[in-house]
Amino acid sequence: MRDELAEILAEYGGEKGALIPILQRIQEKFGYLPEEAISEIAKFSRMAESEIFGVASFYAQFYFTRRGQHTVKVCLGTACHVRGGERILDEVKRELGVESGGTTKDYKLSLERVACFGSCALAPVMVIDKNVYGRMTIAKAKDILDEYRRG
Amino acid sequence: MVVGQETRTIDLTIDGQQVKAKEGATVLEVAREGGIYIPTLCYHPSLTPYGSCRMCIVEIENIRGFPTACTTPVTESMVVNTNTPQLQELRRNILELALSEHPYACLICDRRERCQPFHITLRKTAVTSGCTMCPKNRRCELQEVVDYVGLTEVRLSPIYRDLPILRDSPFFDRDYNLCILCGRCVRVCQEVRGAGAIAFTYRGSQALVGTAFDRSLQDSGCQFCGACVDACPTGALMERSGKWQGLPESTVTTTCGYCGVGCQLNLEIKGGKIVRVAPVLDNSVNQGQACVKGRFGIAEFVHHPQRLTTPLIQRNGELVEASWDEALTLVTKRLANYKGNQFAFISSAKCTNEENYLAQKFTRMVMATNNIDHCARLCHAPTVAGLAQAFGSGAMTNSINEIKDAACILVIGSNTSSGHPVIALEIIKAVRNGGKLIVANPREIELCRYADIWLRHFPGSDVALLMGMMRVIIDEELADLAFVEEQCQDFDAFRESLINFDLDLAEKVTGVTSDKIVEAARLYATHKPASIIYAMGITQHSHGTDNVSATANLAMLAGNIGKPSTGVNPLRGQNNVQGACDLGALPNVYTAYQRVDNPDIQKKFETAWVCSLDASPGLTLPEMIEAAYSGQIKAVYLMGENPLLSEADAGHAQEALSKLDFLVVQDIFLTETAQLADVVLPAASFAEKDGTFTNTERRIQRVRKAIEPIGNAKPDWWIICQIAKRLEAEGFDFEHPSQIMAEIASLTPSYGGISYQRLEECGLQWPCPTKDHPGTPILHVGKFVRGLGKFTPLEYRPPAELPDEEYPLVLTTGRSLYHFHTGTMTRRVMGLNAIEPEGVVEINPVDASHLKIADGDKVKVISRRGEVIAKVRVTEESPPKVVFMTFHFAESAANILTNPALDPVSKIPEFKVCAVRVEKV
Repeated sequence: MRDELAEILAEYGGEKGALIPILQRIQEKFGYLPEEAISEIAKFSRMAESEIFGVASFYAQFYFTRRGQHTVKVCLGTACHVRGGERILDEVKRELGVESGGTTKDYKLSLERVACFGSCALAPVMVIDKNVYGRMTIAKAKDILDEYRRG
Repeated sequence: MVVGQETRTIDLTIDGQQVKAKEGATVLEVAREGGIYIPTLCYHPSLTPYGSCRMCIVEIENIRGFPTACTTPVTESMVVNTNTPQLQELRRNILELALSEHPYACLICDRRERCQPFHITLRKTAVTSGCTMCPKNRRCELQEVVDYVGLTEVRLSPIYRDLPILRDSPFFDRDYNLCILCGRCVRVCQEVRGAGAIAFTYRGSQALVGTAFDRSLQDSGCQFCGACVDACPTGALMERSGKWQGLPESTVTTTCGYCGVGCQLNLEIKGGKIVRVAPVLDNSVNQGQACVKGRFGIAEFVHHPQRLTTPLIQRNGELVEASWDEALTLVTKRLANYKGNQFAFISSAKCTNEENYLAQKFTRMVMATNNIDHCARLCHAPTVAGLAQAFGSGAMTNSINEIKDAACILVIGSNTSSGHPVIALEIIKAVRNGGKLIVANPREIELCRYADIWLRHFPGSDVALLMGMMRVIIDEELADLAFVEEQCQDFDAFRESLINFDLDLAEKVTGVTSDKIVEAARLYATHKPASIIYAMGITQHSHGTDNVSATANLAMLAGNIGKPSTGVNPLRGQNNVQGACDLGALPNVYTAYQRVDNPDIQKKFETAWVCSLDASPGLTLPEMIEAAYSGQIKAVYLMGENPLLSEADAGHAQEALSKLDFLVVQDIFLTETAQLADVVLPAASFAEKDGTFTNTERRIQRVRKAIEPIGNAKPDWWIICQIAKRLEAEGFDFEHPSQIMAEIASLTPSYGGISYQRLEECGLQWPCPTKDHPGTPILHVGKFVRGLGKFTPLEYRPPAELPDEEYPLVLTTGRSLYHFHTGTMTRRVMGLNAIEPEGVVEINPVDASHLKIADGDKVKVISRRGEVIAKVRVTEESPPKVVFMTFHFAESAANILTNPALDPVSKIPEFKVCAVRVEKV
């Protein structure tokens, strides 16, 4: 991991205020921000680890635990809520055996609940990575999950 | 710092009051100076203004809105109002928001004062739900602000986060339920201390002060300095000791008894005990900062149950209790037989100036010998020798508070963050101010994080490194030749000696690449003012005096001396090692380095003391040990030292001391050395007596009695006087140390203007020759003390013992932040032991894998003189082929291994380099 980190950090050599882009690049690479990465950034940018953690934990986009290969997002915005999004979420939780924010043991899938995707016409909506699945039903959700779990 | 720059004075009106202010000051600062209270929560005088709590909002004519006083600079003819009904209303509204997340029942309760008696029982509730249950009650800034703005009701529904109280520090608790997120702790940790152990984490309603990944403080780089606790306006951060004691009965300002920085501390006293220690904000030495030892490591050792409380006498191989009369009678009876050169006094850099003066007076006058020395021999004897020869004075040339203004700092042979933590803060300040930092150290020390250049030279190659740099400075014509011409001598001889130090040699000897040496040389020579800071990494070598001369050469060559923020600045180790040297606890000089072999000086002291004195210099500390071993010295009076752990080749020292006819030890604990004594005399600690310490920047500061001596302990000065008087000596009738200081001032040119009356206000830096002299912050201004600065030609000499096949590794020794010297005091502080319970051997991963050793394994470290067993810490902080140990721990005493090879000039042993081998056990 050290070499990969060094490679990313080298791209930002001598640049001040590049902390957030560095964090984004690292998360892109590893799917989350490993502790080791934070300590390497600290050494590289001569900042304290706590300071970096403070910045990273401020933004919802950064994760500190290893994420799944795919991210399942279930929408609970107004339209989805009205059309039973909650039931879809419950089903997904049950299927994957994780709470929202969690990741399956095999690191295949991570689950998140979100507020609105702007695809209200398709409500209820489930999004996996960049694919939007509309007009969800419990049965459909299970099939879609199966696809990703196999793949 | 630009000298002579005038700051403009500004006139303005605050609350109808005409005030004058310096340009650049903020409205808040000016108001506070003028005695006008503006409420604040996030403001702290040590921190840059933040403007987040909005309590200090004011109205300023012709400025829209409500600017915060802490961030608004004053301007000419400004009209400020700080207390209008509208402002108070706004403040109340803002404060309500803060209080909705802070237990406030008692803050606004009108029965608050009458509730006090319930304090004791209420505290048994697990949760601080209001002020009477808060340890910060009656010194809480939130209370003060609530009272000032007249808040009586909080209309928002209370939110209690019910966060667990964090007890992962051995010294303080963190109850973030009481936190108002003012950020003072976070800012002091990052801005002032540079530790950055804590930060704001998470967001919005979840926001919390915390560590990375919510780790424990120790795993987050916390140095437990307590600055966050001092900065906290509420009860969120509270030290555990004295937490429920309430307000102290009295507060005594004194000088810290640990290292040579000389931090000013307030000891808070209740029921005859020290309940809390906090740094003094308003002084030029530590400015509200302290380190873990001074902040949390004093009360516990002072009140430790193992303190010596009564004299002890050796009877049938056992130390048994005795009365003072018995003990003193025995000491006088025995000492009377050993007058002359069979006697030696080992004095102490922990004791006060007055006590060291009496120790040398006693030795020279009553015992008729110059055999007096102390542990400065083992730390800065080369400084005294080398700098006196080069400049005419062997002390720090400049002051602590100038460091922050240096454009370049060279820190060589000093792990400042561990040895002198508060001075490290000044170095960090300089870096923040844009100064360049060069760190020369074989180990990756904390300061490397701030360094522009880190020179990782081999232990013992300092002369080659510095001479290499000087060669570059001359070759590239960066030297200040005008300064050299005008103020120095022997330059040509020195320049000749540089011929041997071309970059190839420097690179080969030091292991530092030549481009780094060149870069460092350029940086030092072109960024002025530049300051050199060093400690025992320079002095504790068999060529320690050469190392010191090299630093002096470098400073003179670049003209970096006699000006603010320049100079050669040796950091002294013990609280009063400067003073012990100044007061003549040395074998060759009386006070202020007046030589014993100078007939005029001898006459002066003979007249003052009414006696005849010996003109031949006495023995140094290592020579005393040798003389004791050979039987030449038969009796030793040892005050506040522990040579069994602090001498090089400590095993030999133990044998030598065991051979004495008579050994009297005066200490606060039964140290390893005291256990060998014939008589042990219990001494009072620094908290129990009056006196003065002289810190590393030559500042003489008061030590004030805060509590009565523990048990039957007595101040060292009293004990020496008693023994002297019983030996029928005149001139030891002192009632109080101030009288001793009066005698010192009359005989000591550089202390001539010192009196307790003057020291009451603030410390004075010597030379201070007359009663109206303001003291001397910078030495050698315009002219060196000795006249002309003297360059010393140097050649490279390797350490006395180099690694070979049998002993392939270099052992270097040093200090930890958490322990002091031989651990007599710090190892009795539970919290410090919890953080660092044992000595470890630090070894590089390369060597570790070679030897098949893993982190945490037990190893045997063996040198030609002995062996010790300790745990291993595998770390890249130690360079390959070098192992590191601290010398604080008796059970893994590094000095059993170290080499007693002496520097020929100053007689310091080579603590920093010896050859060892490491074996897994």
